[in-house]
Amino acid sequence: MKDDSRMAHPSALKGAYAVWWRETTVFFREPPRIISAVVSPIIWLVIFGAGLGESVRIGGESYQQFIFGGVLVQTFLFSSLFYGAYLVWDRKIDVLKAVLVSPLSRSSIFLGKVLGGVTISLIESVIVLLVGAMIGMQYSPATFFIVLGLVALASAGLTALGLIVGSYMESPEGFQLLGSLVLFPMFFLSGALFPISNLTGPLGLVAALNPVTYIVDLLRGALSGVYYLDPAVDAVAFIGFIILANVAGVLAFERMKS
Amino acid sequence: MAVIEISKLTKHFGKIHAVDGLCLKIDEGEVFGLLGPNGAGKTTTIKMLATLLAPTSGRATVNGFDIAKSPSKVRQSIGIVFQEPSSDELLSGYENLKLHSMIYGLPGGLVEKRIDDALALVELSDRRNDLVKTYSGGMRRRLEIARGLLHQPKVLFLDEPTLGLDPRGRKTMWGYVKRLVAELNMTILLTTHYMEEADELAGRICVIDNGKAVAVDSPGALKAKVGGDLVTITSSPLPDLKSLTKLKFVRGAEMTDGRLLITVSDAAANLQELLAKIGKVECVEVRSPTLNDVFIKFTGRELEQAEGGWFDKIVQQSVNKQ
Repeated sequence: MKDDSRMAHPSALKGAYAVWWRETTVFFREPPRIISAVVSPIIWLVIFGAGLGESVRIGGESYQQFIFGGVLVQTFLFSSLFYGAYLVWDRKIDVLKAVLVSPLSRSSIFLGKVLGGVTISLIESVIVLLVGAMIGMQYSPATFFIVLGLVALASAGLTALGLIVGSYMESPEGFQLLGSLVLFPMFFLSGALFPISNLTGPLGLVAALNPVTYIVDLLRGALSGVYYLDPAVDAVAFIGFIILANVAGVLAFERMKS
Repeated sequence: MAVIEISKLTKHFGKIHAVDGLCLKIDEGEVFGLLGPNGAGKTTTIKMLATLLAPTSGRATVNGFDIAKSPSKVRQSIGIVFQEPSSDELLSGYENLKLHSMIYGLPGGLVEKRIDDALALVELSDRRNDLVKTYSGGMRRRLEIARGLLHQPKVLFLDEPTLGLDPRGRKTMWGYVKRLVAELNMTILLTTHYMEEADELAGRICVIDNGKAVAVDSPGALKAKVGGDLVTITSSPLPDLKSLTKLKFVRGAEMTDGRLLITVSDAAANLQELLAKIGKVECVEVRSPTLNDVFIKFTGRELEQAEGGWFDKIVQQSVNKQ
């Protein structure tokens, strides 16, 4: 016996909006999250950038200016990936189960999650950009918006990557491992803190395969006009990574166990 | 009309047969109870019906939709209240319901009224704007109920709705469930290991043990199957069992824990004659059968050994701690 009158009729976009709304509302209720996300990049910029900058210059620009783009990437790299992997926490506190048992499609849930990660990255990046301007980093107002556009795209890819990790994780205990095995190598071998053009052998190969390498080069180029790689290669790798990560993410969500 | 039809539903986890060839038909507007001890397969059954878990074999339909072939249609037809509260702690009660109404695609014009009604039903209207992390265990469970019925599903699954609640909270929850059936004509599938709960709420009960249905009927009919009233006698010396079973109103007699347990049809009329036969007794207790007696009859074990014991206390603590 079928009865349509009392069935839920969810819409994919409204559902994605609902998930996004939950993510951002919860984010603003946990001030430590936003503080920890922006404090560490700013410390890098101020202490490391200014301190090491006393004795190092790279490619004609000050060291602080050199790492500004990298530090900005650090901000949303860490927050996007951890945000995605945080899915495992939703699972632990059973919030995820309530969404998975709803008639909302898995791709709607995924879209809402990615948009949540992008929003959070944008908020944090704005803070880092403004603090950077206050301590003397130079960029034009137009650059500000171009950079935020790149941040949004890059964060969509990185959040998707984090969500894939989160959909396979069974308990939050793996977070430490994710940090030391995935995030730090991705960050250090990306050219964020030192140029990677001189790296050879396995390290050079890892750097070349690391999507963050191209994100860093594009963002630094947008901020200061100096590219260390071919911008066309950057763009292809950048777009390719975002598409790949999101397609793989939707597939991972489709097969994720409740 | 059957709203839920379960046919030979089976779920194995490795060597464990959590649900083993379950067959049931549940009608529209019925409150159906799955009664059994912890680990009997109740939650596994609900998870399969809610499409959260794929069966090993067998089939089931919910609101006419096959759980394996049209899982999203099934999910559109149901509401579910989990054993573990699944509301978001960092959202208020109102916000949790708002989120739920968006996820279930409730038409905009209905949302506020439905939320108001649902919060009023579970008596949380005055706490609507407080974050869920400030709620007590009982309030969280009530919010779960409000959420489960917000989209007025045809079928509502309640998995141990009163686990970890104190007796007063349990009675309040029973009141809500009765109103749901009366006001919204929902079909409710309820799991519980509390016999009073099944007795109080369910029109029909499936007694489930080790993943198998051992008896399905109304609480009254199940109790009638025990065979009559139960008379427990303490005396020394104990009378001869054989001479007692010759009485035509005695259905059975057995020794348990140094006491004599006699099943008697119509104890009110026949107690005098029974006692005359036995002679001097120290203590007599007469009672009607409970679902626990039903469970003992069908499985040879007690249903609620754990109730009020260490297990409940641990559950209660973990619920309160959150």
